[in-house]
Amino acid sequence: MAKITLDKVTKSWGQTEVLRPMDLTIDDGEFVAILGPSGCGKSTTLFLLAGLYAPTSGQILFDDHTVNRVDARDRNVGIVFQSYALYPHLTVQQNIAFPLRFKDVPKDEADRRVREAAALVQVDKLLERRPGQLSGGQQQRVALARALVKEPNILLLDEPLSNLDATLRIAMRAEIKALQSRLGITTLIVTHDQIEATTMADRIICMNNGNIAQIGTPDELYRSPHDIFVAGFIGSPPINLIKGEARGDTALVGERVLSLSAIYRGAVTFGLRPEDIALIASADTAMTGKVSLIEPMGREIFYTLQTPFGRLHALETGETARFVIGETVGLTFNAQRTLFFDAEGNRLPGLNADITTTIHEPVPSVRHPSHAEVAQ
Amino acid sequence: MISQPPRRHRPARPLLYLMPAIIVLSVFFIAPILIDIVIAFTNMGVNLKVEKFTFDNVLRMLGRDSRLPMVLMTTFIYVTATLFLFNIGLGAILAVTTTAVPERLGAFFRGLWLLPRMSPAVLYGVLWIWVADPTPYGLINQIGGALGLPLLNLRNDQPLLLIVIANGMVGASFAMVIMTSTIRSIPAHLFSAARIDGAGEWSVLRHVVLPALLPPLRFITIYQALSLMTTYEYILLITRGGPVYDSTTYALYVYRRAFESGAYAYGAALALGLMVIGVAVTLLQWRMAGMKQSFAAPKIEVL
Repeated sequence: MAKITLDKVTKSWGQTEVLRPMDLTIDDGEFVAILGPSGCGKSTTLFLLAGLYAPTSGQILFDDHTVNRVDARDRNVGIVFQSYALYPHLTVQQNIAFPLRFKDVPKDEADRRVREAAALVQVDKLLERRPGQLSGGQQQRVALARALVKEPNILLLDEPLSNLDATLRIAMRAEIKALQSRLGITTLIVTHDQIEATTMADRIICMNNGNIAQIGTPDELYRSPHDIFVAGFIGSPPINLIKGEARGDTALVGERVLSLSAIYRGAVTFGLRPEDIALIASADTAMTGKVSLIEPMGREIFYTLQTPFGRLHALETGETARFVIGETVGLTFNAQRTLFFDAEGNRLPGLNADITTTIHEPVPSVRHPSHAEVAQ
Repeated sequence: MISQPPRRHRPARPLLYLMPAIIVLSVFFIAPILIDIVIAFTNMGVNLKVEKFTFDNVLRMLGRDSRLPMVLMTTFIYVTATLFLFNIGLGAILAVTTTAVPERLGAFFRGLWLLPRMSPAVLYGVLWIWVADPTPYGLINQIGGALGLPLLNLRNDQPLLLIVIANGMVGASFAMVIMTSTIRSIPAHLFSAARIDGAGEWSVLRHVVLPALLPPLRFITIYQALSLMTTYEYILLITRGGPVYDSTTYALYVYRRAFESGAYAYGAALALGLMVIGVAVTLLQWRMAGMKQSFAAPKIEVL
């Protein structure tokens, strides 16, 4: 078990800076996800911790010891790769036992530990098979057993679930999470899948373009994103982002004026999560929209609407759609849940918008007919 | 609109499509073997006249030819030494080292090792004659002389060693090319995993690289063994099989019997013998090396 500290760690390949100065502390026993789109530097971070890459500058500390110059094999980390990276010519037993070859572990203790690790991930019936004879899920369990058999201080998971089918992914997600909390091992998972990150991790490091965009619990990232990138990246279906302009205590968003909870002036982006929009079966409300697409998602219905904001996505709980395509419905939203971002994309905390006070105010700009009106 | 059922029997078509291949195979592969078999049972000489059909050649080959055991021994030494020391050993070393160094340097060295294969055999043979020249002007003697060593006459004193080295220098590139691509196809994650699992350089080589090299190794062994058994151009060019028959391998012996001694029919019988040996050796290797596995699913997971 170990605490991990990154102190102004950077990584460059030649002229390309893949990791900007990065500061980070991961507590002993914590389960942390590094989340971000491909090319954001998340795997680089993982490989820096594993010792496969050396940082260009900065310090990596395990339990307050600098490990910059410690070889990968002496760091006592376990890793599971996206491709599992099992040795194709070795049996499951030999694959799991492989890390023990290089430690002075007596034969019978090694056997015992291999059996325990195999049992932990339920591959103890497959010990004589070779990787080629295993399914993807089984290979992944073997890779996990191999990572755990040496009782590592840190467990690193590099997109471990992305090669599994959807059902298996959900099962493995829960299993890895349970395993981690049972073993209490400091664990880092790299993923581009926000569901994986939010379901498994205690904390999420959201990365973008070699920078840490935000670190926080899944809920913090979801409800209080620091910037427009995090707001857009976290949440599925994604947040509605509408360009607008704040004019003191009001803001023109799309073709609609909203009242602001605080004074602000300048270009803004208004963010509204699909599930924070409520649809009302009456067009007699302050704001209406026309349903243009209905996508049933099982226990939720995903609507696409043409509104004065432009195109808007709304998510409603329910198994059957209450509206039909072409229908005009009333719209309201939870003012407390609204988000504003400045021209640079940074969150404007404490700034909310409400729709109700602007019902009959004339729109102070040249009005273009909305799509909905054109259609009529 | 189209309601006609598809025709079931179209016997003429497959034959038509196979015809080009059948013709090529018959003319260049099957016919020569058949002609060789026929000639082997005649008394054909340089005048190409066939006076009688006889088993003489076969009997001579199996019993009366006192040179043949030595030729077989020479062939065995030549093939195994060249195969294991150079075609496989050196080839593997080249593949491993040229993939371990920076890419441009590795490519440069691989290119260098491919040069003899690209140059005409005669040129390469002449080069080796100069290298092994017994006078102080030969390359080996120039170097040896500078080190104060006595003059060497490899072509006369160690002809077998000379042809093994000369052939090996050409042959190593084959395994090098194939194994280089094999090493390249090992997923990078496997190397990373091994390092994190605690493997050092040697262990990575032993546990990640070598296992991947085994399947192509089987193919290279069989292919190169056959190739070494049946080709003789470098030997003919460098030592002419001499002195006397000291560096004459079986294939060269066939050539020398047929075209130097003019015993065409006996040469044909010897060639038949070589074919039998070649097939036997290949089948044996196939069995021993478990070649079937090499044609099974790939050993390397490709994602």
